Parts: sequence; C-alpha cells; structure tokens
Amino acid sequence: VRQTLAIFRKDLLIEWRTASRTVALMSFAFIVLLILSFAIGAESSALQLHAAAYIWIAVLLSSTLLLDRSFRVEVEAGALHSLLLGPVRPAALFFGKALANFVQLLFLGTITIPLVIVLCDATFQGQVWVMAVALILGTAGLAAPGTLYAAMIARLQGRQLMLPLLLFPLIVPVLVAAVKATSLAMLGDPMNQAEAWLVLLLCFNLIYWCLAGVLFGRVIES
Amino acid sequence: MSFRWETIAGLLGVGLVAWGHYNGLFVAPPEAMMGDVGRILYVHVPTAWVGLTTYLLAFIAAIGALWTGKVGWDALVEASVEVGVVLNGLLLFQGSIWAKPTWGVYWTWDPRLTTSAVMVVAFGAIVVLRRMIDQPSRRLTLSAVATIVAFVNVPITYMSVKWWKTLHQNFSSPETVSSTMVTPLRVAAFGMLFLMVWMVTTRWRIGVKRLGEEAAAADMPAPPSPLSLGGEE
Repeated sequence: VRQTLAIFRKDLLIEWRTASRTVALMSFAFIVLLILSFAIGAESSALQLHAAAYIWIAVLLSSTLLLDRSFRVEVEAGALHSLLLGPVRPAALFFGKALANFVQLLFLGTITIPLVIVLCDATFQGQVWVMAVALILGTAGLAAPGTLYAAMIARLQGRQLMLPLLLFPLIVPVLVAAVKATSLAMLGDPMNQAEAWLVLLLCFNLIYWCLAGVLFGRVIES
Repeated sequence: MSFRWETIAGLLGVGLVAWGHYNGLFVAPPEAMMGDVGRILYVHVPTAWVGLTTYLLAFIAAIGALWTGKVGWDALVEASVEVGVVLNGLLLFQGSIWAKPTWGVYWTWDPRLTTSAVMVVAFGAIVVLRRMIDQPSRRLTLSAVATIVAFVNVPITYMSVKWWKTLHQNFSSPETVSSTMVTPLRVAAFGMLFLMVWMVTTRWRIGVKRLGEEAAAADMPAPPSPLSLGGEE
C-alpha cells in the first residue's frame, strides 16, 4: 500500500509540475464539447437531452491522451526500468498509476459539468449524488483497463492509434452504464432506475480492477 | 507434401456444409413468418456458434500462452483470433443482409448486434497489435493479455447492452422447431465447425513455422529475417 501511494503521489506531482499539459488536456475536452454542440446545431432540446453523452465522449477522448502520457513519461527517460529494478511490486505500480489516472479523469469529468451546463443548457432534475457516484465509478472503470493498455502499448510505434482501438471496445459497458446514470441524474429519474445502473458500474469496476491488476505484472515484465 | 489430418476435417466440413445447405435451401419448408428469407438461418446461426467457439479457443490458447510461454500456444492464439475475426465479420455481413428485408434496416442497436460489433473491433485490434510488436516474447504476452481481457469483456458487454431494448430473435429450442429445419441446421453447424478446425489448424501450422523461424533468427546474429511477422515499415 505504501508503494502504491508513493507511485500515486509521484504521478500526480508530475502532472502538477507540468500544469501546462493539464491545461491543454482540459482545453481539449472543452473543444470536444464545443464541436459536439456545433455538430448537433442550435437545437437546444436535443443538446439538453444528450448532455450526459457529451460529457462521457469528452472524457473518453481526453482519456486516450491522458493515459498515453501516463506511461510515456516513464518510458521516455528509461524510468520504467529503474522502477522495475527497485523493490516495487508490479501490483503496487499498477494500482498507483491507475489511481493517479482515475483522479485526473475524475477532475476532467468534473470540469466538464459546468461546461455542459453552459453549452447545452443541461439541467439537474435528478439527484446530485447519483451524478457524483456515476462520475466516480465511470472514470474509475475507465482508469483500470486504460492503465493496463497504456502499459501494454507504451513502447509501440503506433500507440496513438492502438490505445483507442484496444480500449474503446472494452469500455462499452462502462460507457453505457455511465451515460445512462448521468442522464438520469440530469433529466430526472421518476422510475428510480439510477441505482441499478450504478450497481452495474460497480460490478464492472470490480471485474476490471481485479483482472487488470492480475494481468499487469505479466505486461510490465515483458 | 504430406497428408495432414486437418485436410480430412476441411473436406468433411465442405461436405457437411454443402449437404446442410442443400437440405436447408431445397428440402426444408420456408420459415412461417419470414418465408424464404429465413433460410439464411442455416448459415447465420452456424457462423455465430462457431465464431464464438473460435474465440473460446483463442481464450484458452491465450491462457496457455501466458502460462507456458510456448510458441505453439502463441501460434494458436494468432490462428484462432484471425479465424474468429473472419467468422465474426461474416456474421455481421450475413446479419445485415437478413435484417434489411426482415426488420427494414441493415443495422439496429440491439444487444446481440452491438456485442458482435464490439467483438469484431476488440479482436481485430489484437490482430493489429500483433503486427506492431517485433519482439516475439513481448508479442506473446501482450496479445495473450489482450485476448483474455477481450474475451472476458464479451459477456459483460452483452449484459450491459441487454437492458436497452431487444429486437433480435430469442433462442429457439429444438423442440419448437420442425426436424426438417433442425437437422440441416445441425449438419451445417458441424460442417462449419470442421471448416473452422481446418482453417485454424492450417493457420496454426503457418504460425508455428513462422514464429519458430523468427525465434531461430533471433538467436543468430544475422540480419533480421524478411519472414518476420513484424510487418511495421
């Protein structure tokens, strides 16, 4: 656990020190949202209806950039070798990295919310806690397989292409459940369906975090 | 050129598929609701069954590859993933052809369709991934990991999309279907299975040979073999 926390702190520190890249990432999410609302047009009811989907598309597209960077910083300076030579367990490395990615994605998701309120005139007729939990579980469900795949492709030539190609089919269930729960929180939830979607998200998270944690050791050794 | 057992499987497969289709197309009665369009069942359902079996084979091979690190398992992963993607692609193609006259659209967002589409992308990505890695041991590990994750993901995706809406046919049990329709279906399914075994085995032999040569070339301080699978320019 201490190793996990050390990796986690290290990653967040790197992000903090290179704040310009973080800002760039946030601008990217912003531009995605802008383009989506332009593409849909000025029909405000459609924008309002699909605001939850736009949040997650923005988070998903930004996540490929964010996850790719998470291991590139290690590979570029040969730091990964040093990390592996040190007494760091692969599982600790995975959970530290994945947690750091999760926090960043959560941050990114949080800042998109005011943006969709402004751009799409999104409303909150459901419960706010549903929104919060959906955001937390959704980004966590992205972070775990994302970190695994980012580690896999860190040393490949065409990794910018490979990461979304591998990751996007995988996170379809997370996307479905997260969009649904978020949209229920935004548009109101008269049938009380949100909880079922959140439980579903929780299950995906358990499966992904366990599976990725188990397989990560093999990936990083190769 | 020595005689190989999979040739028998291939010939048997062709024979069974031909026989099953002859009966499906000319002997079996037209389907009650869909008429002659429903006859695509005899190719569509076997493709689906055998495609899933091929992915299961890939999953088992991936576990074997991770466990042992042997080239034979690695080649089996490669072979079964590739054949699985081909069958999966065929499945989507046949499904679209059938869906247009029956549902009025080529495509709809139904759990089974969505899952099939996700599978073709997920496993297709593994084929691409293998081409991008030059180092044999790393290719083995990474493609095996990706195969395991992709396979575990299939039932999850299916469950997740299921709660949206369902338009696809439900399972029919053999009891509710006339035997003139079940028998050709079963025969065609077994034929498809034999064809799959033949294709996978043939591809596996090629893989073993290529990967073996690659490993041998890696041991020698020779220039990189032009046969190596790392097709990256």
